[in-house]
Amino acid sequence: MQKRLANWGNYPAITSEESAYTQEAQLRSFVAANHGFIARGNGRCYGDASLGKHSLSMLKYDKILSFDTAAGVLETQAGVTLDQILDIIVPKGWFLPVTPGTKFITVGGAVASDVHGKNHHREGAFSGHITEMDVIIGDGTTVTCSPAQHTDLYWATCGGMGLTGVITRVKFGLKKIETAYIKQKQIKARNLEEVIRLFDEYKHYTYSMAWIDCLQKGDSFGRSILIVGEHATKAELNAKQGQAPLQLPSKPRLTVPFNLPSFILNTFTVKAFNWLYYGKNFKKEINNVVPYEPFFYPLDAILHWNRGYGKAGFIQYQFVLSLDQKEGLIAILRRISEKGWGSFLAVLKVFGQQDSLISFPMEGYTLALDFPVRKGLFAFLDELDEIVLQYGGRLYLSKDARMKQEVFWKSYPNAERFAEIVKTYNPGKRFESLQSERLSI
Amino acid sequence: MTVLLLGAGSDMAVAIARRFAAAQYNVQLAGRHAAALQPLQQDLQIRYGISATVHHFDATAYDTHTSFYTSLPAQPDITVCAFGYLGDQELAQHDWQEASRILHSNFTGAVSILNVVANAYEAKKAGMIVGISSVAGERGRQSNYIYGSAKAGFTAYLSGLRNRLFRSGVHVMSVQPGFVNTRMTQHLTLPPLLTAQPEQVANAVFKAVQRKKNVLFVKWPWKYIMLIIKSIPESIFKKLKL
Repeated sequence: MQKRLANWGNYPAITSEESAYTQEAQLRSFVAANHGFIARGNGRCYGDASLGKHSLSMLKYDKILSFDTAAGVLETQAGVTLDQILDIIVPKGWFLPVTPGTKFITVGGAVASDVHGKNHHREGAFSGHITEMDVIIGDGTTVTCSPAQHTDLYWATCGGMGLTGVITRVKFGLKKIETAYIKQKQIKARNLEEVIRLFDEYKHYTYSMAWIDCLQKGDSFGRSILIVGEHATKAELNAKQGQAPLQLPSKPRLTVPFNLPSFILNTFTVKAFNWLYYGKNFKKEINNVVPYEPFFYPLDAILHWNRGYGKAGFIQYQFVLSLDQKEGLIAILRRISEKGWGSFLAVLKVFGQQDSLISFPMEGYTLALDFPVRKGLFAFLDELDEIVLQYGGRLYLSKDARMKQEVFWKSYPNAERFAEIVKTYNPGKRFESLQSERLSI
Repeated sequence: MTVLLLGAGSDMAVAIARRFAAAQYNVQLAGRHAAALQPLQQDLQIRYGISATVHHFDATAYDTHTSFYTSLPAQPDITVCAFGYLGDQELAQHDWQEASRILHSNFTGAVSILNVVANAYEAKKAGMIVGISSVAGERGRQSNYIYGSAKAGFTAYLSGLRNRLFRSGVHVMSVQPGFVNTRMTQHLTLPPLLTAQPEQVANAVFKAVQRKKNVLFVKWPWKYIMLIIKSIPESIFKKLKL
């Protein structure tokens, strides 16, 4: 069926011929018979990674295949979303080993993007928790791969943006929890220096990230709120929470029903928002116990928040720089604050080490912020790319919709090796997205 | 409570199975490719903590229908007849294989199995039958009258069955889903306002079952569209390109 498709950034938007199947045999014959298509999940990557002229929607391939409640191992088809998984595992005392900032992504998407979460510095990315998975490769056969078998396919599929084949089944380990709550600590940092120091001071916490105000200059340059947390134990809950420690209190959902006109977001409103957001924490430090939803998924509470950026869409720009390249981080933040085009809030996080082929995370600082699409934006982002390259960093392919191909090839150290493996399993570009065309992978 | 789904492999049936399982019904999944139903079986059991079973069922293997029904592990309280085959109208005009497959999958097969179910329900004076028919059966149109005529037969069968079983306290519901976004229709471009998602159909069916509705139109405009289409005089209708 011809369908208008865009990912979460609403840029780019294209018309795509979309197919969907519920049986593995149907998926295999689709793969064998078609060319130049890309598998897609819930469309929550931001750019053009899962967009193609032809697309294979995996949302109907959504069965949960096994759940070992004693060992905490879950096996699902690729189209199951994390929010469905949480509904099943949390009441049984288990949690996702790694979760990004939205739970509305599919398991297949989590693998293809090798997503990271607030616990990356302690527990790595999603790929570190997979026991095995099935991928339908270019010749239409299903190959089971894992860190022990067909390792080249395995590592090129984790973070490989769907270019090695169609991920159909994933088995991964869960994390034991006592409650559905998080014991969190929020600490105000006056500037970038302080927040970086705080990241280090609190690095023993399982979860950590900071909201950073990119529009501040002078002494307050980089003022932030660091948020760290641990899964709460039963003893840490209050009486009411303790009645059903693994259940979330129910809450109504808000939504942005239509695209807001883009003039609503300007430097003034963004500054005002940041001022309110930073100012809402009167105290230097707040400690409380909150349900896991607002802790991990604050923006999921507002469905379709992406429409707030208007019809033209937005680019989420996320890069990583190694720990010794703090000047690079400062240089980029300065450019952003001078330009004044940044979003409400940016997210700053420190990644831990990760061995991977093509995944985004590496030990260092990662910053993510939104830019509404406007005239001159891409030229400005190209300038930022230059700084990222200069300091040896790279951009997150799941957020990318516009980087030039040389930026990709220069910034990902294993790009050549990755492309070779892609060629083995995907000869003749059977799996192809707008992104892979643009980056010439 | 147990619900039996005949033709459990379709997108609509999957959604219906989940809706009933979410309400803690046990589910019996029956279809031609029993092995292909196992992922759904696991899914229902893990998500909803109910018991789900898988059974081989071939709508056109008429002589197996009685033994199929009597060998079910439990007699279902509700039977949902969800199998069907859209087929290719143009092909069916020339190729009897295709025409006969459309007729048998949508009509004769349904009559054969529901006769068995109806007799069992009538005997125990309890039970409910839900038949997924189609608005295509309301009036024959050149673009799909072979499928339409089979569904017309099915709709008439359901209304007769409803009439017969009323006195036994057995309820029969006919469902006219209109356009539904499923695998069966993924090659078609459908008008969004008239097109339901399988989950919407499932929700509507579940609610209508609780209320014992007779005829369910999932998207309300369809009721009026079909009223209009049925009221066009034949002398005009035959000239239309529908």
